[in-house]
Amino acid sequence: MKRRPIPTAWITTPALIVLFIAAWHLYVAWSGVSKFIIPPPLAVWESLVDLLGTASTLRHAWITLYETLVGFFFACIIGVGLGTVLGKTAWLEQALNPFIIATQVVPKVALVPLFILWFGFGTESKIVVATVLAFFPILTNTVLGIKSVDSGHNDVMTVLNAGRWQRFITLELPSSLPAVLAGMEVGIVLAIIGAVVGEYLGGSTGLGHLAVASLNDYKVGMMFAVIILLTAMGFLLYLLVGALKKLLIPWHDSVASKIRPVAG
Amino acid sequence: MNRTSVPGIHLAGVEKAFATPDGPLLALQRTDLQVRPGEFLALVGPSGCGKTTLLRMIGGLTEPTAGRVLIAERSLWAAGRRDSEAIRELAVVFQDANLFPWFSVEDNIALPLRLRGVPKPERLQKSRSLCELVGIGGFERLWPRQLSGGMRQRAAIARALSYDPHILLMDEPFGALDAITRDQLNLELQRIWLAQGCTIVFVTHSIAEAVFLGDRVLLLSPRPGKIDTEVEVPFPRPRKTSIQAFPEFQQLVQRLRDRLEAIT
Repeated sequence: MKRRPIPTAWITTPALIVLFIAAWHLYVAWSGVSKFIIPPPLAVWESLVDLLGTASTLRHAWITLYETLVGFFFACIIGVGLGTVLGKTAWLEQALNPFIIATQVVPKVALVPLFILWFGFGTESKIVVATVLAFFPILTNTVLGIKSVDSGHNDVMTVLNAGRWQRFITLELPSSLPAVLAGMEVGIVLAIIGAVVGEYLGGSTGLGHLAVASLNDYKVGMMFAVIILLTAMGFLLYLLVGALKKLLIPWHDSVASKIRPVAG
Repeated sequence: MNRTSVPGIHLAGVEKAFATPDGPLLALQRTDLQVRPGEFLALVGPSGCGKTTLLRMIGGLTEPTAGRVLIAERSLWAAGRRDSEAIRELAVVFQDANLFPWFSVEDNIALPLRLRGVPKPERLQKSRSLCELVGIGGFERLWPRQLSGGMRQRAAIARALSYDPHILLMDEPFGALDAITRDQLNLELQRIWLAQGCTIVFVTHSIAEAVFLGDRVLLLSPRPGKIDTEVEVPFPRPRKTSIQAFPEFQQLVQRLRDRLEAIT
């Protein structure tokens, strides 16, 4: 048996992180920049330990996670549901497309205060922002997936006299799943951004709020620590959607590239 | 299955025109054709002669602009809808195997039975015995992408046979395969046809393949598509590959080839 080589990323990723931290440390030490503008890595590390040791941090993190996941959930429901309908009904897609694009090109961050006015300072307004941001890539990818069903596969179902529902369950849904999941990978990242931006601009809970509050207290190190925590959370959720791909589309090229043909 | 108990096909004044920006284009002019019960009919002709269009009309995939397609004395099309009783008699094998990549080989073969509500143990049992019949036993659990082109086409034939259709329509099923695999599959198709006793309409662009397989060969000519020449093939069954070396076989092929050159 051949010895498996260690994946390149296992070496390059830690090396690049160490390099980045070293450069950061040296810049702060030599340039004489105020620690209120860029704190040294060690101070950020101390803040991070401090942050993780505080009881309320878990509550803030949980709230942000909750807003992100619920927002993402609604985005999936709306994106996949509406995307399926639009993908199958060309005239409806043409009729609604300008409005769907409008929801994306309008500066959403500017609308966040309005959402807070409508839905209050609690988690609801953040969930709405997360949903609005995350549904679009899921929607467009679902439409693309449904429309890209292979015509030869459709012929097979026509000859088998398949009903609409049978066609959807056995052909259209599995066929569009790779595109839908690609949309979800983008969507989950946007959902976090939506939740955090909502917390930035209103309310008194969540990691987004914690970041702004730290800055207002001149605790720049703490703000960096919060951002590191948010990054870790985003990473974890992104990996989770990636794992979902392995579970749901093991047959797809993007997942199954290691499966080789058994016969020539 | 008794050879005379299977239904034949009757085309009465069937015509197909496609709409193009320059006005309607006649793909197949008014055609009358009787396919005898249990017959192996081969359609051959240059590209653009309407042979695929003819097959797709028999398969209920394309609606004729005029005339009637009768399967077992039932009209296939009535008021723009396909007759579900007539369509149940049919199976189609396409040039591409058109297996669904998200189903294993055995689930692909069992798909028609699943759509008909056959319980899972029963349909998987049928699927496995069909894998043996078409010579891909042992590969039931693989993804289609793991099979070679020839094996995928065998699986597509097994899927078509899964619901014991009385009429098998084949549109250049071996057109994308190499010559060795093709010869082998021609022999096996003959064996399966002799065992199952269904009616087969087989479209090909190879005159030798048509003469080798068919009880009768129809040569179609292009622009507009129409039946040009009809030839009965007298060789007894089962035919061996070696008959291709017989002078009678070669004369028949040459006669059709000369005619093909005259019309293109």
